[in-house]
Amino acid sequence: MIPLQYFLLLGAAMFCLGLYGALARRNAIAILIGIELMLNAVNINLVAFWRYIKPANPAFELAGQVFALFVITLAAAEAGIGLALVIAIYRSRDTVNVEDVNLMKW
Amino acid sequence: MPDLNTWLLISPELILTVFGLLIIVIDLVGREKSHAVLPWVAILGFILAIATIPYLAQDQTIFAGMYAIDKFAFFFKAIGAIGGILTVLISIDFLRTRTPAKGDFYLLLTFAVLATMMMASSTSLLMIYLSIEFLSYMSYLLAGFLREDKKSNEAAIKYFLYGAVTSALMLYGLSLLYGISGSLNLADLTKQFAASSDLSVKALGIVSFTLLLAGFGFKISAVPFHQWAPDVYEGAPTPVVAFLSVGSKAAGFALLLRVALTAFPTFHAEWIALLSVVAMMTMTLGNLVALQQTNVKRLLAYSSIAQAGYMLIGVIAANVSGASPFMGLNGVLIYLAAYLFTNLGAFVIVVAIENATGAVEIPEYAGLVKRAPLLAALFVVFFLSLAGIPPTVGFIGKFFVFGAALREGFLLLAAVGVINSVISVFYYFSIIRAAFFEEPKDATLIRVPGVMTASVAICAALVLLLAVFPQSLIDLAGMGMGMFGIARP
Repeated sequence: MIPLQYFLLLGAAMFCLGLYGALARRNAIAILIGIELMLNAVNINLVAFWRYIKPANPAFELAGQVFALFVITLAAAEAGIGLALVIAIYRSRDTVNVEDVNLMKW
Repeated sequence: MPDLNTWLLISPELILTVFGLLIIVIDLVGREKSHAVLPWVAILGFILAIATIPYLAQDQTIFAGMYAIDKFAFFFKAIGAIGGILTVLISIDFLRTRTPAKGDFYLLLTFAVLATMMMASSTSLLMIYLSIEFLSYMSYLLAGFLREDKKSNEAAIKYFLYGAVTSALMLYGLSLLYGISGSLNLADLTKQFAASSDLSVKALGIVSFTLLLAGFGFKISAVPFHQWAPDVYEGAPTPVVAFLSVGSKAAGFALLLRVALTAFPTFHAEWIALLSVVAMMTMTLGNLVALQQTNVKRLLAYSSIAQAGYMLIGVIAANVSGASPFMGLNGVLIYLAAYLFTNLGAFVIVVAIENATGAVEIPEYAGLVKRAPLLAALFVVFFLSLAGIPPTVGFIGKFFVFGAALREGFLLLAAVGVINSVISVFYYFSIIRAAFFEEPKDATLIRVPGVMTASVAICAALVLLLAVFPQSLIDLAGMGMGMFGIARP
């Protein structure tokens, strides 16, 4: 069996890539893609932990799987809201570049 | 399948769900004719939700330990619902000319309050994630509610992008915590931390707490997760900002307190060190940047960042084992209750002036005392309270928070807090100075609708009365310390 660490390393690497994308990109859609990558890295973690760890509390036998399902669902909801906001800003501003969205600054 | 008694224990949440759906049905059936009724339906829902709370006071968790029914949660549920009522009262006039979609607004607001209630009760990693995201999604939509308004759009997208990244960070921390215990309940996690002397578990615990702090810090607008606050406060519809500054912040503190005190007691020294740094940065940055603001909403954003810093002092000094009036935890609760009426009161005035004149810049407040003498006078009350000067309830809150810090020996934190309170007087009184000592450009009287006058008067009365007779508030906060899973004398 592949050791747990390999999955966790994959998850961590994916999470860092997503975080880098979310912080470095200037296009709102690209930032959203980075965020999705972060969420999916979390799913890898959750399912890997579920496979390798026996919970002391039997009520949580499927917890990791169920948590991952919730994350997938919320990721879809988040993408829905995020894209709606991007469309709203595109209609009013003709851009999805976050650097051009700068009416308000300190 | 949980039995009827279990469902009764979450009746505040169920009532808000029903009323939220009721609002959208009334809006669908009645169209424009029903718009005058909708805010009162929402308010009725909030009142009923609060009214059920005294009948539910039981210390237990339900749904396989995922949801706590305790006095601590009830305290925050009441704060959320009162915040909801006041927000609806100031929304009525604000929305009249700005949007046709009134039903959607009250639905989102009711569900946002519902989300704060769920945050206050969450005792499982899954519930923490779901409730935080629920509140976030409602808040993003509310912040961008004025679709024709470029600033509202911009506020929403910035809020969304910051929120999505911080919640992903928090979620990564939650997945690590799941890996530590194999369970989703905070209680199991506590046992695991206490039983394990493994260095890697300790390291993972500290890393996860730091990651969780990204999510909580975003909600309470603590530095370095505060950047969204100024832009959202300036751009979002003002009643929404009023709700975010109080309801969302209180719920964030509820979660932070519950997680820090029940799941991470073994890391007490570590999270205290982490939060101390965050608290000092939050207070200082909030206050120093607020000094340079000219937009009142933006100024209140930095003020609310600074206030989060003061409340964090109470979290750090939280001691649940002794018997003293200064427990830190009750300080935070008193401070939040004080902040609820103070900040919402100030926002009622901001909304009233914005509605009548469109003014949100400090120079436009010049001579306010001649145009709206009552509002100007009450502004002084609220700013005194925000700055923590007696005889206002803000002073009581600061007294208990700083008192707890002194008792627990956090002298540096208390000193930074007091110095920052002094700094804050300058910017609060820059608005007062404009309102009282400068000549108005246009001396017409500002007309304020009765509902707004009533809500601002209630807030001001509570700010003064609770300061003169603080005992009931102190008793309530003392009761609110009853958190499931921590030992109390």
